[in-house]
Amino acid sequence: MRVGVIALQGDFPEHAYALRRAAEELSVEVDVVPVKRPHHLRDLDALVLTGGESTTIGMLLKRTGLLGHLRDHLSSGVPTLGTCAGAILMAKEVRDAVVGPTSQPVLGVMDISVVRNAFGRQRDSFEADIDVEGIGKVRGVFIRAPAIVKVWGGAAPLAHVQHPRAGRVIVLAQQGPLIASAFHPELSSTDIHRHLLVLAKK
Amino acid sequence: MSVSVSFDMLERIRDLFYGLLEARDRLRSMGMDWPPRLDGVEIGTVRVKVGFQAMFRNGVIMDVTNVEQAQVAEGAGAVGVMVLDKLPYDVRKAGGVARMADVKVVEEVMSHITIPVSAKVRIGHYYEAMILEQVGVDLIDESEVLTPVDEQHHIDKWLFRTPFVNGARELCEALRRISEGASMIRSKGEAGTGNVSEAVKHFKAINQSIRDLQGHRDDEEYLRDYARRCQVPLELVALTAKMGRVPVITFAAGGIATPADAALMMWLGADGVFVGSGIFKSQDPESRAAAIVLATAHWDDPETVVEAQRMTSEKSAMLGMDIRTLKPEEMLQTRGI
Repeated sequence: MRVGVIALQGDFPEHAYALRRAAEELSVEVDVVPVKRPHHLRDLDALVLTGGESTTIGMLLKRTGLLGHLRDHLSSGVPTLGTCAGAILMAKEVRDAVVGPTSQPVLGVMDISVVRNAFGRQRDSFEADIDVEGIGKVRGVFIRAPAIVKVWGGAAPLAHVQHPRAGRVIVLAQQGPLIASAFHPELSSTDIHRHLLVLAKK
Repeated sequence: MSVSVSFDMLERIRDLFYGLLEARDRLRSMGMDWPPRLDGVEIGTVRVKVGFQAMFRNGVIMDVTNVEQAQVAEGAGAVGVMVLDKLPYDVRKAGGVARMADVKVVEEVMSHITIPVSAKVRIGHYYEAMILEQVGVDLIDESEVLTPVDEQHHIDKWLFRTPFVNGARELCEALRRISEGASMIRSKGEAGTGNVSEAVKHFKAINQSIRDLQGHRDDEEYLRDYARRCQVPLELVALTAKMGRVPVITFAAGGIATPADAALMMWLGADGVFVGSGIFKSQDPESRAAAIVLATAHWDDPETVVEAQRMTSEKSAMLGMDIRTLKPEEMLQTRGI
């Protein structure tokens, strides 16, 4: 299996590491390849959109001509996991908790609405145990994390977090083969990456 | 190897330091719980403090002095901004005591952009750091560019839940800062000169030491001796030897002025770059900022670096200065080692 990791900006080595461990646990052969140019998208069985700054990644996607190709790729049904910035890029609606509407370039492929920096600034970044439907308990690492405030159409929530200030918030959603995560599974476990690889195997 | 493997070890080092300093008990007696807990969620953990910087990888953090510059930086694709009262070039020119930026300016910048905001504090100045944490700054730079208040000791950064970045000229210095709780390292370079030569020197020194350690990764006596010389825990030295890199995210800083400078530092092993005076002391800040972002993300693709370099003009670049013309007392990098 070939799994691409968008390697423009952000925590792509952490994702590559988590994918390799997940592959070992599932005993499947996985090639993890970095994606920086449109031609790197060829023959991929799954894809990861990493954490990072969504504005920076969006701008780099646009400049390298990846944005349009990636949108087609995701629409064609390639299983894709987007974490944090990746989830923001996949959402159809994006705004910021402080600044409001942002005009950043996004892919807009999932029926979810996302609020950036929804839990506050870095000093408010946190860890919490969350229950993921069909997977079980996962340690969620939330770093200046977004919140998924609305899902509609084909998207369904898979997990919530109970936050003392923000209340009960959706933090993981799936729409067919697309998974959006507000937290960083690559920093704590391999459960979500295994889920992605299982989707890709089907 | 990814930095995420280092979380557990850094947590143990934090515990070790708490054991030595009994800081945890001190905090408890002051009525503070550590790490702080809210209902069901845990904040200020090593994982969120060190993981945050992993999101900066291949990114550029730009020095700004006001909201307009911060918006230019965000629009150009910076992963963060560093709010300063004066750009390092002007700090150098102005002389006198350089202090933390105005709280009002920092707050104004935070309310206008969506990317992380950092600010500098003087070396050893706990209360400037405390103020910035209260204000909600995302990353604190304990910086030699400002005038140090404590010639002997740096801030004990384990006490804060806001992550810190510190400068280093060689590996021992970097490991000392990490053992004090820094969650990110940058080269010191020679700030405000527009001359990248010192940053190159510091990165090469770090790389050389890491190669030495890697060669002795199974030689406990060597590692123990190295740890003693650096005055850091053996565990941290062993971790560095095992990972073959500085165990936290390490950026280049000091004199980066062009896309080619940024790409050079990435090639030398930096995880990203800080650009200080290089952007807003040039004649073409908007296009230069975007070009440096592009060259940093695509440093391994010469075609794109050329494209980035073409977006800037050498005629517009910051003039810069030769390090050899600086007197020893004018050097910023020797502060706080």
